[in-house]
Amino acid sequence: MKAHLLSTADLDREGALQILDTAQELARVADMPIKKMPTLRGRTVVNLFFEDSTRTRISFEAAAKRLSADVINFAAKGSSVSKGESLKDTALTLAAMGADAVVIRHSMSGAPHQLAHADWMDAHVINAGDGTHEHPTQALLDAFTLRNHLADHISAPKQGSVGLDGLHVAIVGDVLHSRVARSNVHLLNTLGAKVTVVAPPTLMPLHNDGWPCEVSYDLDAVLPQVDAVMMLRVQRERMEGGFFPSEREYSQRYGLDERRAALLPDHAVVMHPGPMNRGLEIASRVADSDRSLIIDQVRNGVSVRMAVLYLLLGGNESALSEVNA
Amino acid sequence: MSAKVLRNVRPLGGELVDVLIDDGVIKAIGAKLPIEDAEVIEGNGAILLPGLVDLHTHLREPGREDAETVLTGTAAAARGGFTAVFAMANSTPVADTAAVVEQVWRLGQEAGLCDVHPVGAVTVGLKGQQLAELGSMADSAAKVRVFSDDGHCVNDALVMRRALEYVKAFDGVIAQHAQDSSLTAGADMNEGEVSSQLGLKGWPRVAEESIIARDLMLVQYVDSRLHLCHISTAGSVQLVREAKARGVNVTAEVTPHHLSLTDELARTYDPVFKVNPPLRTQLDVDALRDGLADGTLDVVGTDHAPHADEDKDCEWGCASFGMLGLQTALSVVVDAMGDRLDWAGIADRMSVRPAEIAGLSDQGRPIEVGEPANLTLVDPDSTWIVDPIELGSKSRNSPFAGRSLPAQITLTLLRGNITYRSQKVAQ
Repeated sequence: MKAHLLSTADLDREGALQILDTAQELARVADMPIKKMPTLRGRTVVNLFFEDSTRTRISFEAAAKRLSADVINFAAKGSSVSKGESLKDTALTLAAMGADAVVIRHSMSGAPHQLAHADWMDAHVINAGDGTHEHPTQALLDAFTLRNHLADHISAPKQGSVGLDGLHVAIVGDVLHSRVARSNVHLLNTLGAKVTVVAPPTLMPLHNDGWPCEVSYDLDAVLPQVDAVMMLRVQRERMEGGFFPSEREYSQRYGLDERRAALLPDHAVVMHPGPMNRGLEIASRVADSDRSLIIDQVRNGVSVRMAVLYLLLGGNESALSEVNA
Repeated sequence: MSAKVLRNVRPLGGELVDVLIDDGVIKAIGAKLPIEDAEVIEGNGAILLPGLVDLHTHLREPGREDAETVLTGTAAAARGGFTAVFAMANSTPVADTAAVVEQVWRLGQEAGLCDVHPVGAVTVGLKGQQLAELGSMADSAAKVRVFSDDGHCVNDALVMRRALEYVKAFDGVIAQHAQDSSLTAGADMNEGEVSSQLGLKGWPRVAEESIIARDLMLVQYVDSRLHLCHISTAGSVQLVREAKARGVNVTAEVTPHHLSLTDELARTYDPVFKVNPPLRTQLDVDALRDGLADGTLDVVGTDHAPHADEDKDCEWGCASFGMLGLQTALSVVVDAMGDRLDWAGIADRMSVRPAEIAGLSDQGRPIEVGEPANLTLVDPDSTWIVDPIELGSKSRNSPFAGRSLPAQITLTLLRGNITYRSQKVAQ
């Protein structure tokens, strides 16, 4: 694996599948009586969060701890924006403290890229969500979840591990500002799935010719064709920004309510990266229905993040060989 | 001994001649001039150009002397072949009164490296609401003729109309920074394919073009003079071309970086490439080159914008807009336009036309006997590698760092005085 995980656009099929396969192995740790393996003992993982995100942080924290790494949580409230400590000084500080990997969440697109490429520190950088750019581990856990739950609908490749070949996935909502959408569009396409993004035109990037996906403004027309639908969170500030007239209208045109969920094929699954606005982009009954994988996504997040940490911090062997021995 | 002879130089790339300079004026031009009691400067066939004139410079003094001063900025200008620069008004305090423009003008005189002509603000505090005392600035020792809120657009159509009308009394010109700010709130880079992938907020071309379209109508209506700063899009070039064809009194400027760089560079997330207006696409670059070649775009303006390290060594979203330009301008223009413009053409766009637009009588002049000796010498065959640490500017935010560029400036003369001399030019 490369030195950093910044974008799913940087992952080829082989690299992405290596992460998913490793996560599959590591998922077994969760079922062991002692949910811990010694692989990263003595290594230091810093969770550097410039933006609040309890669920992503604790997922990375659980992943690192199950691998026995030392975890430091660094909630950097100020940033260069608020004239707090700059990204550069924070990086220099972490380097001086001997961080082996830095998991960074930042409100500005590109901050993980700068951390990885500026001459500030040597640690491995994992992007845990940057601005409106990418959130690669979210896409990896989504792909992992799809692969497990839709195995019967995936075409087996001629060689190598199973990907997502033959699946059709809709990503619905604020595509323009969504780092989850950007990461998923690349990764799902790399793994062989067809992707359709659905949004009101004001929340769709105007210049999307280079995106490896289909574009639609009509959710009802797309739903009957897909194996999975991912609903994106609608930020309240988008409504204040005038991207759509009202929450009610958004919910009517792009929300996944029970009527719409019934348009899906029987086998199709519903996903959401969380946190949800129940009643806005997704109805409670749909979120809690049998076809919802929302809790599976959270569970799988820990395994996928274990795999990423394991592979970045030097693991080449089969991940569980030490445990099996 | 103040007399100098530039030996074996080629004015505008023409025949080899010697040029005798004394009392700040060109005294004689000819082959093998007899030399009596004059300092000889061997040109070795270098190109002699009129000193370059930049209508668009940020010298940061007063207010941000940590990023640049009039002294360091004019040192960079002299090393870039400039003999006159126009200092934009967005200093602290803003250059919106006679007192501030006279201070900047005086600092330029004291530095003595390059004429510094202050640009006056169009509106008080660059706020776009109330006209600044344009007449007082015009009547001051600085004799301001170019007015601009650069860094900000004069968004309000009525304020723009009044400004265009008011400066007719003293043959002033309004230099508009065309940016409809409601379309660029929070924007960081060109809106397009690259911004959609990088998750950086897009700055659409229409934010520039819609203001230009409006101002072209306004200036024609009130019969005044409009100058358009840093044109960055193919659509803007077309608007200006059409307006000129119907006789609108407009001039337009393009920066060296918009002639040479594209938004692909934003993929590095390196804020050295963050600039206002943003770097666009190759399609725009090609249209800008066409426009400069056919004269639709009248001048190259550097938009030299020094920033302290900490304002660039941060997240893209936090970084200041702007890049250095004075010392690399000629080389970048030669690199981008060398096959489209000859030396006379480059002198026209970088010296003659800017001086005409600003109403300078002693700059951008022909290289002839009796003319002021504001000159620069270019070695056309040399290349150099841009090292920001070596530049004259106090700041280091050059987007050309590490690049190899053609056409090195070897000598600059301001009224016959040497303001820059490279080590290559032997005594």
